[in-house]
Amino acid sequence: MAQLREREKEEPRLWPENTEVAPRAVFPRLHAPPEFLWTHDQERCRRCKRCIMQCGWQALSWHDRVVADSSKCAGCHRCEVFCPEQCITIIPNPQFYKPHDLWSLNHRHNVWKQAESGGVLLSGMGNDLPYVNVFDHLLLDACQVTNPSIDPLREPMEVRTYLGRKPDRIRVAETPDGQVVLDTKVEPNVRIETPIVFAAMSYGSISLTAQQSLAMAAAELGILWNTGEGGLHESLKPYAHRAVVQCASGRFGVHADYLRAGAIVEIKIGQGAKPGIGGHLPGEKVSQEVAKTRMIPAGTDALSPAPQHDIYSIEDLRQLIYALKEATEYTKPVSVKIAAVHNVAAIASGIARAGADVIYLDGFRGGTGAAPTVVRDHMGIPVEIALAVVDERLRQEGIRHLVSLVCAGGIRSSADVAKAIALGADAVAVGTAPLLALGCSLCQKCYTGRCSWGIATQDPELTRRIDPRVGSQRIANLISAWTAELEEILGALGMNCIESLRGNRERLRGLGLDRQTLEILGVKPVGEGA
Amino acid sequence: MNGFPSDFDRGARNISGCGLTGFVHLDGSFSDGRAILESIALLHDRANGLGAGFAAYGIYPDFADFYALHIMYYTHQRPECRQQAETALAQQAHIEHQEPIPTRPTAGISDAPELWRYFVRPLQLSGAQGDDDRVISMVMDINHRVDGAYVFSSGKNMGAFKAVGHAEDVGRFYRIEDYQAYMWVAHGRFPTNTPGWWAGAHPFTMLDWAVVHNGEISSYGINKRYLEMFGYKCTMRTDTEVMAYLLDLLLRKHGLPLRLAAAAMAPRFWDAIDRLAPGERELQTAIRQIYGSAHVNGPFAIIASNSRGMFGLNDRIKLRPMVAARGNNTLYIASEEAAIRAICAHPDAIWAPRAGEPVVGEVGQAQESENGTTERAGERRTQAVA
Amino acid sequence: MQIDAQGMHYRALNERVREAVARGESAIEIVNVNGQRYIADGLCARTAIDIRGLPGNDLCAFMDGPRVVVHGNAQDGIGNTMNSGSVVVHGDAGDVLGYGMRGGRLLVRGNVGYRVGIHMKAYGDHVPALVAGGCAGDFLGEYMAGGTLVVLGLNGGGPPVGAWCGTGMHGGEIFVRGALEEHLVAHRHVALQPASEDDLARVRPLIEEFCAEFGLDSNAITQEKFWRLTPRSSRPFGSKYAA
Repeated sequence: MAQLREREKEEPRLWPENTEVAPRAVFPRLHAPPEFLWTHDQERCRRCKRCIMQCGWQALSWHDRVVADSSKCAGCHRCEVFCPEQCITIIPNPQFYKPHDLWSLNHRHNVWKQAESGGVLLSGMGNDLPYVNVFDHLLLDACQVTNPSIDPLREPMEVRTYLGRKPDRIRVAETPDGQVVLDTKVEPNVRIETPIVFAAMSYGSISLTAQQSLAMAAAELGILWNTGEGGLHESLKPYAHRAVVQCASGRFGVHADYLRAGAIVEIKIGQGAKPGIGGHLPGEKVSQEVAKTRMIPAGTDALSPAPQHDIYSIEDLRQLIYALKEATEYTKPVSVKIAAVHNVAAIASGIARAGADVIYLDGFRGGTGAAPTVVRDHMGIPVEIALAVVDERLRQEGIRHLVSLVCAGGIRSSADVAKAIALGADAVAVGTAPLLALGCSLCQKCYTGRCSWGIATQDPELTRRIDPRVGSQRIANLISAWTAELEEILGALGMNCIESLRGNRERLRGLGLDRQTLEILGVKPVGEGA
Repeated sequence: MNGFPSDFDRGARNISGCGLTGFVHLDGSFSDGRAILESIALLHDRANGLGAGFAAYGIYPDFADFYALHIMYYTHQRPECRQQAETALAQQAHIEHQEPIPTRPTAGISDAPELWRYFVRPLQLSGAQGDDDRVISMVMDINHRVDGAYVFSSGKNMGAFKAVGHAEDVGRFYRIEDYQAYMWVAHGRFPTNTPGWWAGAHPFTMLDWAVVHNGEISSYGINKRYLEMFGYKCTMRTDTEVMAYLLDLLLRKHGLPLRLAAAAMAPRFWDAIDRLAPGERELQTAIRQIYGSAHVNGPFAIIASNSRGMFGLNDRIKLRPMVAARGNNTLYIASEEAAIRAICAHPDAIWAPRAGEPVVGEVGQAQESENGTTERAGERRTQAVA
Repeated sequence: MQIDAQGMHYRALNERVREAVARGESAIEIVNVNGQRYIADGLCARTAIDIRGLPGNDLCAFMDGPRVVVHGNAQDGIGNTMNSGSVVVHGDAGDVLGYGMRGGRLLVRGNVGYRVGIHMKAYGDHVPALVAGGCAGDFLGEYMAGGTLVVLGLNGGGPPVGAWCGTGMHGGEIFVRGALEEHLVAHRHVALQPASEDDLARVRPLIEEFCAEFGLDSNAITQEKFWRLTPRSSRPFGSKYAA
């Protein structure tokens, strides 16, 4: 600063004419306080240096003791979990700024960052802002006195689900020898053992080991995983029969064999975390293997344009649906994945009539490897609402049977699953939850590609931290646990099969929701009886 | 499901994808409805059977000087609507003749509203309004005020015919083949809102203007509010409606030449405007400045027709398909070449119009004018291939 | 063998084609085609298919191997995500051709429409090539990631390409023959230079292939000046995001 004042005496105007003085010399780097403060108990520290090795962001180093550069700490807790002495504590940076209800510290940080870089701010995972969560305002019924509950430990409890287009009635015929047989041709349906599938997470956005964990878990559980827009890796071909293979705007890895290998072909129109915009896997994340799977040269950006540039109207979507059906000889359901936006009901109706067999609704809480923060946090609508209006609209039009509805975007527990099904979903998809099962702590730094847990990265040093045999087991544990809980819930509701809960809004009540929202959800307020 | 609009949502509007086709006999000759039926049948896969319609010109030679009002009455839901509409009509117009619109029972067409046509001349009541404006007021009045009644055609010596169903069925229902017209337009729709509502099908009309539209208008909200400033009322809950009213406003009320009305609705990009010669640049800049709210944003392909002829127009980055052809002294415009080939196997010329530039065919002009101006040799892209 | 497509719905037609291919037919001629969609979609055999008439949208989508010849015009969506094989059109073709094309050839004698060659990409020895004998509309080669696009402007019907040519390009190359106004090229993403002798030598075989298909004189065509468009960066949106 003294230097600055000296200069000011000599030359009152320092810029822009005075090009000798680089702006950075005068403007210090503005406020960039670290989010976290890394601390540890020095006395208990065993000096094993495990934490240093574990950190994907190289925030820790050794100078006779562990020294932290907190500005690099992502708060992922990998080091803390691996510390044998459990002597690491990661705390919020106690640096204090004057509070401001309008200009939260987060807003201020963002402005400082953008003044520095002129760039679009990115985030990983899903919207973390305190919007009202509808699931948390819905309560499930339970049976009592007038209608008995069922004990799932003793009695059969059926949660098997079929995804695909169904006819609105069946016709039967009689064979010459008097046997009655099914005369209606039922379109291809895919069976899943529990109404939970894995959300689309591409190889490229996550590591191969993470994707292998998902694929193996799906096969074991008898459900589905989703290739996302990254294509199908060689090593995952044995699990293709349990895969939803995606055909997204970049068409990465899409060729005839790929389409025929999957259980369901999915056209990705949108994603809850970033409605209306495309995707961008930066060149540094496009490793040799990622490139090979996507069938693009290594090191190039993998750009997924928005929109799909061959779909500008509903009849174009129908065209792509039928091109895919022709290419797969009508042997598998075609799914269309859309983000939940304001007129999602009309869009879904159009999609059902365009020939889709499954509609995947992704709400605004959905996760992503990278999205502009402003889009992630301010666009789209909750999946609970989207589900309610889509289900209701399709029923009003008499076309609910044409599609199965899969909903995603913030499903955190089996309670959310049950409520989603009660609102009308055939199944839910989960993305964040199985990643948490692999160790993710929701630090939201996926877009850096340095995930210490080996999930959102392509660095082999990091990705080898996931053993798919172990990873798939953990994920399978989670889904099995939720299924067991779902069965408990069904039992308490006096049902022994999931079909009886599907769309049964009568078993939900709203607590603390306004009248209009309740109307839109088709749910009564607590206190109202039958 | 009876499809009556107020049974549905809260005034939300329709989005739809579609197929369209039309042709005009440039020499003024007449043909019956079979060709247009054949053409639109080929575009079957662009629609979903929930709406289709036709417009035909020159079909009422006996009442050529009267406005032919086609009105649909949802008397099942609103029993008094026909009575109310006819009363309103009688107060404002002299009704020369009225009759039900001839139809035939057709598989695939059900829940038909009552369908009537009236040949009227507006009464010379106080005020300086011309006949056209009187008729517009009358139509807006009935559509807005009389619940259950919808005037869906109001031009002289022309008529729109529309319903819920596949185009082939709608055409058979309305006995299209019985009419003789010098210009035919047809449309098959893929609606998502109010799918059961007959008035929601295309074409949308205002006097003798008829518009069929493929696409979605992302600027609908402001187009609607802009038109409302001039007294138009959007009652059809379908974005195409604003197209018809914008054409009436820009062409009839403001008297803009077609090329400039098209420029208002599908304006050039600023980059391109900056590169124009000074006079044209000033003009195009003014159009954007003044008619910003008339800019129809979003993908679209339209065929708009009035008694003088028809034109096709795409949005300014041509996100929807459109093919034009000339043969047998007729201009053809359609969403797909196949729809043209079905009725004109060997046209003299067939080409894809450019984004934002209208393709025009006027009756009595031996050659259609492309891009709103007379044909320039060497600018046409022709491929007359067997 | 011949299939008469008169009045046939596309589903029935394509089933017949697939059956024929499965039976081992090496050459199929389809006559009286008008507007039938999805012909040859997903076909993987090395069959030769001749189409007489006008095929409908999405011809040869996801195709991997066949040689399809259209003896006339074609419509929109040809060669969507095509992996290998060739499509030859003796007339004009429509919009959105070669979307996501990964290999093979799409050769159109006449004009092509808007948004042609979007996200074409090369991979390994799959190098897709799309050649238009006439002109192309706006957004040619948008998001191009690999492969070769050539526009010859032979029909004299105005400027060879439209606006926003090569926007988002991050791989591949586009050759344009004749007069090219600079403002039509998306300069932020595209480097525009006259094609060098080496460039021309490299693309000549493709042009000769094109000429052989349509009986044209490749010498006359290659006399004219060619422009070459290449991406400025393989990371066109690299600086868009904050750290």
